[in-house]
Amino acid sequence: MADPALSGPASPSSQKPDSAALYRTVRLIRRFEERAVELVHDGQIFGGIHPYTGQEAVAAGTCAALRPDDLITSTHRGHGHVLAKGADPARMMAEIAGRTTGLNAGRGGSMHAADFGIGILGANAIVGAAAPIATGAAWAARCAGSDRVVMTYFGDGAVSQGVVLETFNLAALWRAPVVFVCENNGFATTTRTDDAVAGSITGRAEAFGIPAARVDGMDPEAVFAAAGTAIARARRSEGPTLLECVTYRYDAHHTWEHAARPRYRTPEEVDLGRSRDPLEIQGARLPEARRAQIDAEIEAVLEEAVRFALDSPHPDPATALDYLYADGTQARAGVA
Amino acid sequence: MTVLSYLKALNRAIADEMQRDPAVCVFGEDVRAAVTNVTAGLVKRFGDARVLDMPISEQAFTGIATGAAMSGMRPLIEYQIPALLFLAFEQIVNQAHKFSLMTGGQVSVPVTYLIPSSGSRDGWAGQHSDHPYSLFAHIGVKTAVPATPADAYGLLATAIRDDDPVVVFAPAGAMGRREDVDLSQLAPVPLGVGRVHRVGTDVTVVAIGHLVQAALEVAEELAETVDVEVFDPRTLHPFDWQGLAESLERTGRLVVIDDSNRSCGIGGEILATAAEEMHLVAPPKRVTRPDGAVLPFAEGLDRALQPTREQLRTAIQAVAKNGGAR
Repeated sequence: MADPALSGPASPSSQKPDSAALYRTVRLIRRFEERAVELVHDGQIFGGIHPYTGQEAVAAGTCAALRPDDLITSTHRGHGHVLAKGADPARMMAEIAGRTTGLNAGRGGSMHAADFGIGILGANAIVGAAAPIATGAAWAARCAGSDRVVMTYFGDGAVSQGVVLETFNLAALWRAPVVFVCENNGFATTTRTDDAVAGSITGRAEAFGIPAARVDGMDPEAVFAAAGTAIARARRSEGPTLLECVTYRYDAHHTWEHAARPRYRTPEEVDLGRSRDPLEIQGARLPEARRAQIDAEIEAVLEEAVRFALDSPHPDPATALDYLYADGTQARAGVA
Repeated sequence: MTVLSYLKALNRAIADEMQRDPAVCVFGEDVRAAVTNVTAGLVKRFGDARVLDMPISEQAFTGIATGAAMSGMRPLIEYQIPALLFLAFEQIVNQAHKFSLMTGGQVSVPVTYLIPSSGSRDGWAGQHSDHPYSLFAHIGVKTAVPATPADAYGLLATAIRDDDPVVVFAPAGAMGRREDVDLSQLAPVPLGVGRVHRVGTDVTVVAIGHLVQAALEVAEELAETVDVEVFDPRTLHPFDWQGLAESLERTGRLVVIDDSNRSCGIGGEILATAAEEMHLVAPPKRVTRPDGAVLPFAEGLDRALQPTREQLRTAIQAVAKNGGAR
């Protein structure tokens, strides 16, 4: 059974949510993703992206409950986490456009965006692979005498990945200050969660003695409350928590779907999934005028982000192997 | 002078680095009880917060080491079995190795992966007898294969201090080696700097790991007829191409002895680079395991698939006879 103490907002450690700030983050992510998809279709972004649209409440609610010096790891569908943790949208846009001014100097792109200066230990393109990295960072933080917490995101597809379950075991044994956030958006690419997961997601954590809760992943304030409880628990050295945030992916698994159009869900189902929109849920908590003001601010931020990204230089091909080794060891060229 | 064993050299390097740098810690299975003896005495000296026994979860604890290394620690992981590297391959090559480039140099991942008794160790059969150093050199992970106790100490110390992931293979065939050393002279050995163990004028033998000793013995046996130079690259990535080129300037003839499977093994890369870029007066040869070798259990079968002194002797003699004057 899920731990009822984690499910609701009523918790002694819960802080009061800043509704406007949460709305602002949700709106930022939504519009960032919409602008990024446009840039993909315009050929300005090399390859494509995994849009986070629909899942904004999870990133916004969890990151709002973190301290600035806390850490996160993200996923292939990671733009929301990176923006919610505070990365500069202009440098993020420049990164996914492959420019030198990007967060990773154009070396990472959409699936590897990182900003170690503000605790973003990288988006990770192998499903579940960041869970042990986050746990290692949490262990190291405690070794250093810090009370930092690490939050690691993964999707429902990751809960059947062996390394995630191995990590649950070690994180629980060590009471590592880590919060596992599973974004259950219903699909691992095109495979339904029900077709891929025996038992339950929360039950996997509970088998290791890790408290787990199912959370309304479309409501930023519900996510914020649950995250606050889990983070407080981790900070008190009481160990990890799993939050299963039930959400819905509005857009494609990846923008290649816009052309390939694989059939794995009906338009009616997508409409139903979109019926509880985090943007509207959080927007309804603000006065109209305030909401309009935030929307206008976000448009200006993204206008500037796109301009910055597209005006930034492309990396020099001669630097393609820069950063391969920390000590500057030079790799041989592919032709002698 | 003191007699230093290869095993003790590894142990000493870890202890000295743990003493020097409180960020160095040891992860592995049975490392407190030190079933391989590599970590003997460490938990008593440094405590269980720095010497961590792990459950049988190679993927998780290898990934955990990556996260810890990004956050200021310098983990050394001991794998008891070389094939455990296959389980952790994703965490080493796709995670730890790639973070520096993928993040545009925002982070480094200083983890050392140590495999004591790599290669065949007598009777451990198909799943415990691999020697996969060429895989890591191919993928670009820094890879060391020390041949002697002093180099085992020096390369392991360097690996621990290096800011990148480094895999250190300690061949089973070298673990029993001992040498007289002045302990005060033990020092880190830089990556990418080979060592000429024996100077010669006729044929350069590149030998890797435990096969350095075999090459030295064959060189002595052939001393009357062929003057063999024995070159030990010590690290396979980075590789001391300059050192090899200098040796071939002297000899113009090359034989490689390499305990890798033949196809895509480091021996093939050494031959190719020498052929493309260096001074050769005769076609080179390599002595390796066969293509795609899986070591069978029975002693005679196990031995039949590993490079031998006899094969090396034959190869040296053939290369020495071939080709024009230097």
